[in-house]
Amino acid sequence: MYGNLSIVEPLRGVEQEDPEKLAEFEERIARGEKIEPHDWMPREYRRQVLRMVEQHAHSEIIGALPEGTWITRAPGFHRKLALMAKVQDEVGHAQLLYSAAETLGKPREQMINDLLSGKAKYSNVFNYPALTWADTAIIAWLIDAGAIINQTLNSKGSYGPYVRALERICKEEAFHLKYGYDNVVTLASGTKRQRQMLQEALNRWWKPIMHFFGPPDHMSIHSEKLLRWKVKMASNDEMRQMFLDAYVPKIWELGLSIPDPNLRKDPQTGRWEYSDPDWDEFWRVINGNGPCNRERLAVRRMADEMGAWVRRALLKPETRYLEPLF
Amino acid sequence: MGHDPSTLAAIKDLLYRMADDSLILGHRHSEWTGLGPILEEDIAFCSIAQDKLGHAYALYRLLHGLGEPEPDRAAFFRDAPEFRCCHLVEYPNDGYDFSLMRHFLFDIAEQWRYHLLEQSRYEPLAQLARKVRGEIKYHVFHATQWVVQLGARGNQESHERMQRALEVAFPLALGIFEPVPYDEILEQAGIFPGERVLQERWLETITPILERATLRLPDLRSVVPSYGGRRGIHTDYLQPLLDEMGEVIRSEPDAVW
Repeated sequence: MYGNLSIVEPLRGVEQEDPEKLAEFEERIARGEKIEPHDWMPREYRRQVLRMVEQHAHSEIIGALPEGTWITRAPGFHRKLALMAKVQDEVGHAQLLYSAAETLGKPREQMINDLLSGKAKYSNVFNYPALTWADTAIIAWLIDAGAIINQTLNSKGSYGPYVRALERICKEEAFHLKYGYDNVVTLASGTKRQRQMLQEALNRWWKPIMHFFGPPDHMSIHSEKLLRWKVKMASNDEMRQMFLDAYVPKIWELGLSIPDPNLRKDPQTGRWEYSDPDWDEFWRVINGNGPCNRERLAVRRMADEMGAWVRRALLKPETRYLEPLF
Repeated sequence: MGHDPSTLAAIKDLLYRMADDSLILGHRHSEWTGLGPILEEDIAFCSIAQDKLGHAYALYRLLHGLGEPEPDRAAFFRDAPEFRCCHLVEYPNDGYDFSLMRHFLFDIAEQWRYHLLEQSRYEPLAQLARKVRGEIKYHVFHATQWVVQLGARGNQESHERMQRALEVAFPLALGIFEPVPYDEILEQAGIFPGERVLQERWLETITPILERATLRLPDLRSVVPSYGGRRGIHTDYLQPLLDEMGEVIRSEPDAVW
């Protein structure tokens, strides 16, 4: 559902790369060429792209959990079937993305282990609970909308396997957005209780949505190099503005209110202004202390333990993982 | 469609048994979404679950055409005593071994059931049977491959787990074929040859596959089939499942969701 590099790690050791190869690599990217797994790439490019794709993959399988718990409660055949198909898509995205990440030299098992140990991160937004059916509607509409903004930009990036995975993912996400919107419209035009349920869900999700694109640019490490390498395609604030531009009017159109009295578009600058969405909370959650961090990882660990015997039975002792590169 | 009342009752009973089986098993399979032993199996179980729900929906629509409630009412608003599913589909997943074995035992029966129904004189069901043939083929393919893989080509642990799962699931699976008072009417009307015929075909099919999987079929004479589901007598697992399934839609029964 979501992958970004909202928190940039400082680049390390780029100056140790062969300057000729580095220049050639950067020229290729500037010409719009894609970098493929067997091509030469700076170590730091490999590390940053791997980290991004891996985080994205983790976000997809963790993202399947809050919505997945509603499959068994979805109201009616059509909603149940649609939600199953949607969550299944997210798991499918994880599969695609783990494969893309593996081309950079890290096996899927190792990535999953890093997720379970808490070493690897995933999107913060999934550390919040989906308390009612309306929460799933808000997630499918607005979180997926945010994901589409992010992923459409990233699909113009430089790493071939990731870009190709994203092109497929974006097509499916566009469908999720329609599903989510249809769900939201149904609730917004429903009974008093349904409308109330929807408004409460929006109130709960507004802050995580504002956090979704990552900390504001003035708090982030800037990396011209990652932009030049087309690893990061837009700044966090740019993406947030794009989201607000596209979706705030749609939310208002449905008669819903947004729980931020300061939210408005400055007619002079054309930019949205909003209250500080509590970046301290963002950091608390990303460091493992959000409302659902423990639960999400506990569920994944349980699934991992429950299925361990199947994976053991599939192992062939004579085969081993081959590093695809170097 | 001019069926006499007893034939009509027999058709409805058959449709409810099939629809309820598909609905409840689809629901159980869907619980694996996001939690499977490998990602590919999450995706596979979820696909199969979607097919099962699609079959249930099609069957409830046929029922609706015969004067029963529309599909969402039939599926989401009835309570356990009104359900006609077998006990096999009601059991919680309790591990991939049981889920897989259930999927195998159920889908071989399902494949035969629909195959026999392709010749049914009740034309709407014959049409549906021809339509779902292609889907069930893949369900059986998936289940068979995994049962043989984990039974015969995995390790000692997977073999033992699959054997245990077979022993737990087998008496429940026999409940699929629980005799019903309508069997004779359905057979005479050329609608369905009956549960006894179905059970024979099923047993002939699973036996060589389980042999290939090096699994021991429990002795039929010493197994007590888990009957009751077809008469509305269910395990304690069904009502909580239905409560959960209906939780949202029942909270505002007349709303559009």
